Amino acid sequence: MSRFQSKQPQKKSNAISRRRFLADMAGTACGVGLFGLGIGVYSKSANAIKPLAIRPPGALSEKEFLSACTRCGICVRDCPYNILKLAEIGDEVPTGTPYFIARSAACEMCEDIPCIPNCPTGALDHSLTDINKAKMGTAVLIDQETCIAFLGLRCEVCFNVCPLRGDAITLDYKHNERSGKHALFIPVVHSEACTGCGLCEKACILENESAIKVLPTHLAKADFAKHYRLGWNEEKKAGGSLIKTKDKHQYNLPEGVRYDYEGEGLIVDDAGNPMIEPTKKTIKEIPNSSNPLDILNNGIQEAK
Amino acid sequence: MANLEIGKEAIEKKGWWKAYKWLILRRISQFSILALFMMIPICKWISPESDCALGWIIKGNLSSSQFMNTIPMTDPLLFLQMIASGFIGIAKEAIIGAVIILVFYLLVGGRVFCSWVCPVNIVTDGAFWLRTKLGLGAGTRFSRHIRYWMLGMVLLLSAITGSLAYELINPVSMLHRGLFYGMGLGWFVIAAVFLFDLFVTKRGWCTHICPMGAFYGLLGKVSPVRVRADAREKCDDCAECYLVCPESQIIKPVLKGEKTGIPAVILAGECTNCGRCIDVCAENVFEFGSRFKKDSQKK
Repeated sequence: MSRFQSKQPQKKSNAISRRRFLADMAGTACGVGLFGLGIGVYSKSANAIKPLAIRPPGALSEKEFLSACTRCGICVRDCPYNILKLAEIGDEVPTGTPYFIARSAACEMCEDIPCIPNCPTGALDHSLTDINKAKMGTAVLIDQETCIAFLGLRCEVCFNVCPLRGDAITLDYKHNERSGKHALFIPVVHSEACTGCGLCEKACILENESAIKVLPTHLAKADFAKHYRLGWNEEKKAGGSLIKTKDKHQYNLPEGVRYDYEGEGLIVDDAGNPMIEPTKKTIKEIPNSSNPLDILNNGIQEAK
Repeated sequence: MANLEIGKEAIEKKGWWKAYKWLILRRISQFSILALFMMIPICKWISPESDCALGWIIKGNLSSSQFMNTIPMTDPLLFLQMIASGFIGIAKEAIIGAVIILVFYLLVGGRVFCSWVCPVNIVTDGAFWLRTKLGLGAGTRFSRHIRYWMLGMVLLLSAITGSLAYELINPVSMLHRGLFYGMGLGWFVIAAVFLFDLFVTKRGWCTHICPMGAFYGLLGKVSPVRVRADAREKCDDCAECYLVCPESQIIKPVLKGEKTGIPAVILAGECTNCGRCIDVCAENVFEFGSRFKKDSQKK
């Protein structure tokens, strides 16, 4: 009897403690899960590096970099010019990862690239040994309204500080329409040579923001329009013109529009249907213009 | 308050040095590691142009570092996160570095990291000290197993986000990195840990939540260096070791285990080998030893 009695409550407390154990466990799992969800969501926004922060040379693609970089800062220590920083929490760069802001201190392009070889994980790619092949970003002459070269003044500072002067940045001579007799010396960035060191951005003579900025290459560069084939390249490949003289010339115009190359311009009838016979009346009413668009749009204006 | 008397008896019986020996050695260890890492930042601060050749004893931080410009060291948990996040092209330095650290803590005790190296320990020990002074008791109780869930979550998070997501907010690496590279708003995170330990739960962060502690605790399950209680029959039930131990739940089974046949050595991975129980015990019950040592006192 006493045995039975002593057994009963023990069983009960076992059941309670099992239930409590499971509840505690579920509670813990939920709490930790919520915490993890919080970090995960935060990481989505925090891991999106902001455009003006540039990674050190040799950095893997941003996605790989964020799983490879241990945030140890050895690259920061090895940079002889002290330009690299590790991001602090709340910075515009994922916590602890190295970056530099070109406007305040650009990469000096050391020939031996001392920031790379001691990177323990290879987040900075050890196979990069020629700094001129680095791809930290791509410079873009972003403000053509304030860049004094576009105003017809001599500057060329970005061109002259470029470590790959003549390859990454060249000067294009353009006619100065304003004065009518001078040249504009326009700096032009060539993305295949640009390393993204940011020396041009740092050197730009404008106050505060620079007219030329290093952007992450995926922002700076558009994808080439793949549905286009460049006639002059195709001609070179084919070793001669691809257009045979006996081929009938054809325009691919919107429906309801056709083009009369004898000077009538675009022709549309009142209902928007293609016209079989060109009406020869409009051509005399519009005087010949030097702007080719006037002739091209001739018929359209008439139809409206 | 009785708590203020902790260690008094030990001081009287063993002298001041023996009653604080391991605590002091531990603080020396923690601060000299910080000082070594601090050499370069201080040198750069004094003369930004110098190459700080003397400072290159160690550079980096606890996540990854380089000793004497040659020996790499990498936090093995960080290494695991890296693999979980899907980065497979890890350079050999990080692999060697992770193995070095792994072997070291396997030998001396996993959570030796927590009590002898980790800078957050100084913060949470401070919170514990103040909490005891203020007589705040144990605070909110919750499971000490949360840390193992956290460890799982951290690895899962790396796999899901494909990045070292926990490193965005990890207070341990944030403090150690911040001291040498700039804390910024990181001070608020450290303050949050301090206040959590002070007002919410006794020893809240290190012994309940921190996934790094959980990871090193798992390593510590097999470490040979152990706190032994071979003289446990001398225990006079003053309970001071319970009061100072960050993982007080692990002491009782061993200390009172004579009847149940539990060997007189603390084998729990959670033990940080901090040695504070050795300090405060006036009866010299505890000592550092090996897990393999024969129980000479036991009949």
